[in-house]
Amino acid sequence: MNDTSAVRVWLLHLGVVAALFAAGFLLPDYHRGVFSRVMVLAVFAMGYNLLLGYSGLLSLGHAMFFAAGLYGAGLPLYHLGWSPVPAFAAGVAAGGLLALVVGALALRTVGVAFMIVTMMFSQVVYLTTLYFTTWTRGEEGLVLPPASRRLALGDAVVSLSDPAARYMVALGLFAIVLLVMLRLVRAPFGRTLAGIRENEERMRMLGYDTFRAKLGAVVVSGLVCAAAGAAYGLMFGYVGSGFASIQYSILPLLWVLVGGAATTLGPLLGTAFMFYVIDYASGLTTAWLVLVGAALIFVVLFFPKGILGTLRERWLKWLP
Amino acid sequence: MGFGPLLLLASLEGLVTAATLALMALGLSLVFGVMRVVNVAHGEFFMLGAVVAWAVSTAFAGHPAVGFGAALLVAPLVVGAVAFAAERLVLKRLNYDPEATIVATIGLLYIVQQLALTFYGADARPVQPPFSFRVQLPWFGYSGYKLAVVAAAVVLLLGAWFVLARTRAGLVMRATQYDAETAQAFGIPVGRVYAAVFALGAMLAAVAAVLVVPVSQAHYLMGRDPLLLSFVVVIIGGLGSLRGTVVAALLIGLSDGIISTLFFSPTLAKILATLIVALVLVFRPQGLYGTAAR
Repeated sequence: MNDTSAVRVWLLHLGVVAALFAAGFLLPDYHRGVFSRVMVLAVFAMGYNLLLGYSGLLSLGHAMFFAAGLYGAGLPLYHLGWSPVPAFAAGVAAGGLLALVVGALALRTVGVAFMIVTMMFSQVVYLTTLYFTTWTRGEEGLVLPPASRRLALGDAVVSLSDPAARYMVALGLFAIVLLVMLRLVRAPFGRTLAGIRENEERMRMLGYDTFRAKLGAVVVSGLVCAAAGAAYGLMFGYVGSGFASIQYSILPLLWVLVGGAATTLGPLLGTAFMFYVIDYASGLTTAWLVLVGAALIFVVLFFPKGILGTLRERWLKWLP
Repeated sequence: MGFGPLLLLASLEGLVTAATLALMALGLSLVFGVMRVVNVAHGEFFMLGAVVAWAVSTAFAGHPAVGFGAALLVAPLVVGAVAFAAERLVLKRLNYDPEATIVATIGLLYIVQQLALTFYGADARPVQPPFSFRVQLPWFGYSGYKLAVVAAAVVLLLGAWFVLARTRAGLVMRATQYDAETAQAFGIPVGRVYAAVFALGAMLAAVAAVLVVPVSQAHYLMGRDPLLLSFVVVIIGGLGSLRGTVVAALLIGLSDGIISTLFFSPTLAKILATLIVALVLVFRPQGLYGTAAR
């Protein structure tokens, strides 16, 4: 990778962040609200992409990491009166811990078994949130009161229920994760993962500890997805079992596939695209899940590399 | 009721679950064994079977047995046709790549489920059983229809075993399962075998649904739990093993019936069952009767 290409890549990513910053002032209220959500969910998709795109591991259970962040942050805030920052940290830590345990077990399997095992662990987490309904209120969920969702920055108090502040917090999280991801996938660790994706046997023969690398990928992915979950709960003030259900394992898969697996900006593109498609469709019909299904089939049939993956293959070879 | 009779009742309920589960899981196992495709939409084929059964049986006036008999014929055919079309239009074009087919069948799941919600509605609707007599045991009366379901499942499973083990069609399927390329070289139309197996797997789910719908009602989300349970059965029994599938279905069906009737909360039972199965898959991926993946 030569220097001019590296400069171009960093400029592109910083440009995207700058454009999103400007959009925070320019977008109409409705779309600014949508983009606050999209950016947080794109963080979820980026965490998923590290496994699916860069390590070649297809998990059907990432809702459990999102939910770990959501409940890890939401429960202490609601029941113990924690403030948002330690609650966020607790959510991320919960996701990392869960990812370590699940990864250590699930990575003993490969391929189809890995998908089913991750799906089952995720189902266990979902059922657990239903079982402890005294604390989680199950499907009905908890509404976090706006008064508890304030960040104290020195003297200024930022309320996470204020749309403008919320957009900037979402952008901050998104930008940090995007740049960390970009750095990570271009670092030796990311290269090792890509090597494992292409040919695990060969990597092992070259002396890499592939299990440790994959476990590292699962843990980082879990941390990022939990960060998205924790931020989502704190910003939008709702924590419910629905976010742990299988549907929230499928959605990041769809977003990443649409945007382009193993591209750094694909998750944002895919999330935004699907969000607007569903938004538009739900104005026409209540059967928007048909659209999700059709999109999944359409993408695997005709665009297996997604939007950015196809662009990269045809024209923009330098895209990370 | 004392503990003994209660246990008997729970076992009978478990046996009914086991019977339908075995049929459904056999379909899933057949598709995975021969095609190496994990069909996530299998539960929706089950649901579709029940919904079609409701539609057909309500279209017939008169004795409920007439409508039920018609449903038993029509529902598997309709579901088989849907599965056949899905195989030809989607799975075949994906070259049966394991990951792409999972994503595609998830897509299929959403489409079928949502269309059922749109056109059939969110209500659970009953289907009249074809006959209603009670078998009077010393402690309680038991639905004769439920016992007939178990008997029908046993007959169908024996039939499936006969087809697989003793007929030319079964031989062709096993040859394709063992080595598709060599089978192709020997003139077996592998593509058509795949389409037929996929349709057959879906039809088994549909038959199970028609059998069970008079005791459990048709609902657009009814495919969810049976799908997970059939995964469990197929995994524990060993992928692609008929004997393992039946043994595991008995095990899971009976323990499901007994645990949820006698002991602790069904949610906790589900949590433990799911966890145990996941750990089985982690530490003994070949299941009880399966052979290690080649």
